[in-house]
Amino acid sequence: MATEPSGSASEPVDVTVPGGPGPTGAAPGWRRALHVGGIPGFIVRRMLLGVLVLAAVSVVVFLATQALGDPARAILGRTATPTSLHALRKQLNLDQPVLTQYWHWVTGLLHGDAGTSLSANVPVTDYLRDRVVNSAFLVLLSGGISIPLAIAIGSYAALQRDRTFDVVTSIVTLAFAALPEFVVGLILVVVFSTTVFDVLPAIAAPGVRPWNDLKGMILPTATLVIAVTPYVVRIMRASMIEVLESDYVEMARLKGLPERQVLIRHALPNALGPTFQVIAINLAYLAGGVIVVEYLFNYQGIGGAMRDAVSTSDLPLVQALAMLIAALYVVLNLLADIATILVTPRLRTRL
Amino acid sequence: MTVVTDTPFTPEPEATKSRPPTGTLLLSALRLWRTRVGLVLAGGMVAVALFGPFVAPHGPADFVGAPNSSSVGIFGTDHLGQDVLSRFLWGGRSVLAISAAATLIGLVLGVLVGLIAAYARNLLDDGLMRVMDVILAFPQIMLALVALVTLGAKTWLIVLAVGLTTMPRVARVIRGSAQPIVERDFVAAADALGVPRWRILFAEVLPNILSPLMVEASLRLTYAIGLVASLAFLGFTPNPNGADWGLMIFENRIALSVQPWGVMLPIIAIALLTLGTGLIGDGVARAATGIDRTRGSE
Repeated sequence: MATEPSGSASEPVDVTVPGGPGPTGAAPGWRRALHVGGIPGFIVRRMLLGVLVLAAVSVVVFLATQALGDPARAILGRTATPTSLHALRKQLNLDQPVLTQYWHWVTGLLHGDAGTSLSANVPVTDYLRDRVVNSAFLVLLSGGISIPLAIAIGSYAALQRDRTFDVVTSIVTLAFAALPEFVVGLILVVVFSTTVFDVLPAIAAPGVRPWNDLKGMILPTATLVIAVTPYVVRIMRASMIEVLESDYVEMARLKGLPERQVLIRHALPNALGPTFQVIAINLAYLAGGVIVVEYLFNYQGIGGAMRDAVSTSDLPLVQALAMLIAALYVVLNLLADIATILVTPRLRTRL
Repeated sequence: MTVVTDTPFTPEPEATKSRPPTGTLLLSALRLWRTRVGLVLAGGMVAVALFGPFVAPHGPADFVGAPNSSSVGIFGTDHLGQDVLSRFLWGGRSVLAISAAATLIGLVLGVLVGLIAAYARNLLDDGLMRVMDVILAFPQIMLALVALVTLGAKTWLIVLAVGLTTMPRVARVIRGSAQPIVERDFVAAADALGVPRWRILFAEVLPNILSPLMVEASLRLTYAIGLVASLAFLGFTPNPNGADWGLMIFENRIALSVQPWGVMLPIIAIALLTLGTGLIGDGVARAATGIDRTRGSE
């Protein structure tokens, strides 16, 4: 199911830069102190903010998993005996004060020690190593397909504004954006691997690294591409329409430049700026979307691991995965902000 | 973290003086075919969810025949030999109730935070929006899953988790739309007259941002339905034996090739429902920009 940006596409895109006060703006003192200026200063400020957000995220994750309720009882379920509860509390440091537990956990994470998975009984880092690579492969493949595709479709729809291609694109993207991704995935399974065609495997081959099982990659990748592409198409179309109506595109045309050069040299680079934000949000969204898609296709990645860890109450694993996915989110947003600044001179000069 | 402010509906300064009543927005949205199709789809599925149990041939947990058989009843039986049609007719209520309640919570909190942040314009604004950023640092479904680990899939917990993760997304849009409004003279005038702050927010500012709010409401409802159904599809429902569209898919997925109806019926229902709310949202959004555009050119 699609989460991030509001789907209304025909609206102008507004990009603002928080933390970067305008040249005349009366910035509060603490901001002025951090105001190193220029792009490096901006990047440093955003990274500091990202670290702060991650610190806050770690508190939320810790509170939600370890401080609420009785984790030991949740993990052991009905099989809990006083002895086993006591032993597990000792193993997870649950018998110590909450602040000590938090400190222990965070310092462990910073040293690359995320504890031991309760269900697999191996260190979390070992358990996740291959899965992180598998998920990265899936996300990058989906992103690598969907982003160029979306930019092409969005630009072409803008050029064909209000003609058949544009109208059809708008309806199709609206429909795909509304559908939850497990619905899309299951429809693909029904059509391509069971009743209708039966040409593609419904689940990824177990025990095989994904790049050796490209046939099994088709449906998971297609599902994620369908989930993500609509947003980028819509924002690209809106952004391109705005640029095509601008004075400098008109100027380029009046100068008699070939239309091809007008589009590729003048329109496209300017239209891409706002799109970076949405691309990053959607790549980050893929990090969440993989939970459903990997579970659906039995793909050996962090998303499927997250689902299983939650259903078995594997506390250390859930905590590590939550921090991992949140960190990915923060980093991608940071990259998007930097990319936006770099391709938008008007924002760059405001720093 | 992100810096896209998706606030398409900054009303023109002149236009807001005689802002359109909400009725006008809904009426002009209704003139668009997509709103009508959306209403038919979503309305149909809501009707199935609400009235389905009255026409269901069997109870949601009645044993009617051999498991995964397609010869019993119209749509056969599920993995436990229960009637697929009956479970389908019973299974819409939980999805609808949970996602509607969660959306409501998210909207109310998001509007509160967004309005206060826009009106405060100071450290409180900064602070509130940074807190929203922290919640936004999680994919919605992941935060919901993290919340379920210790306490289990309780109804109130799912409602709260989906509602709380909806809040910052609403707050950003509302703050963005309210920012130009709080700068306006009539707000300053109300302030000078000593009108209480909460009255300024809800009687002066809020009526001016109803169109983005309504677009946001239908958008968030669409996503909440998808999220709640996805959680059930992953196997996290309050009642593990209850009839629920998402849970039906989770239970019957193994038998997809033998008895597809146990999966297909709830999938079609969720698809039509989210398509419907999505179309309504798009219709309202188009109507809102349409109104703004014609008013702007006056």
